[in-house]
Amino acid sequence: MKAAVIVFPGSNCDRDLAVAIREVGGVAPDMVWHGDSELPEGLDLVAVPGGFSYGDYLRSGAMAARSPIMRAVTDAAARGMPVLGVCNGFQVLTEAGLLPGALMRNAGIDFVCRDVSLVVDNTQSLFTGGYDAGETISVPVAHHDGNFFADDETLDRLEGEGRVAFRYGESVNGSARGIAGVLNAAGNVLGMMPHPERRIEKAHGGNDGRRLFEGLLAAVA
Amino acid sequence: MKLRIVVTLKNGVLDPQGKAIHKALDGLGFAGVNDVRAGKLIEMDVADDTGDTAIDEMCRKLLANTVIENYRVERA
Repeated sequence: MKAAVIVFPGSNCDRDLAVAIREVGGVAPDMVWHGDSELPEGLDLVAVPGGFSYGDYLRSGAMAARSPIMRAVTDAAARGMPVLGVCNGFQVLTEAGLLPGALMRNAGIDFVCRDVSLVVDNTQSLFTGGYDAGETISVPVAHHDGNFFADDETLDRLEGEGRVAFRYGESVNGSARGIAGVLNAAGNVLGMMPHPERRIEKAHGGNDGRRLFEGLLAAVA
Repeated sequence: MKLRIVVTLKNGVLDPQGKAIHKALDGLGFAGVNDVRAGKLIEMDVADDTGDTAIDEMCRKLLANTVIENYRVERA
């Protein structure tokens, strides 16, 4: 299994994501600088981390989405490479056009930083095969711009095609139809606001995020 | 050439910042404020021969997210 974690200036969850991939997959991922224009050869997974890339200037994820490495990620995704974006990584993937919709300011304005309940909506995907259908898990969120927005037609399509991976089990940020994570049409790109990489050890308050990495890494290995 | 690009949330898109400003104005006792929408202003100085197409492309590719935002270009 060979994975890469993209490193943008300002991101603060790249290490967490690398630790989760290493702990579960047994191999440390390559850390790839945003200014690079090519991904390493032979990758099985690209992970786009959370945490304030480029200081969230302009819009969260807007600058990162236009960085040189994202052209390579977009090309790889089009060829079917699995791509996981968490939190700011989700924002980057929507800004890059790899996922539909946009992430807006939380409806309650406040930065939300706490554990939330998440319902696993689709267990057939590359990313969610480690979960049981309709299962509720607990994963932390930490974001200011997690309010998922898309027009009704897009939302209907996402639901109709089974592309909602996770929904919030409670009111968190005003997201359309409670959507917390979505898949692209081909199913190889997942973006989600909650942080599964922060829930891989029971000693850290739970390990509900671990099965995402277990399912994903088993699927791509 | 100086440009002012005004980026605003599309109508119907929830604007919590605008709502907070509205509430604060109410709190200060200003009556008659019907609605507040907050946006952002980007000022640029560009070469005089910069074409409309290029400016439009800058807006669509980076400055505004057209899923949720509108933009308006003002030439000074």
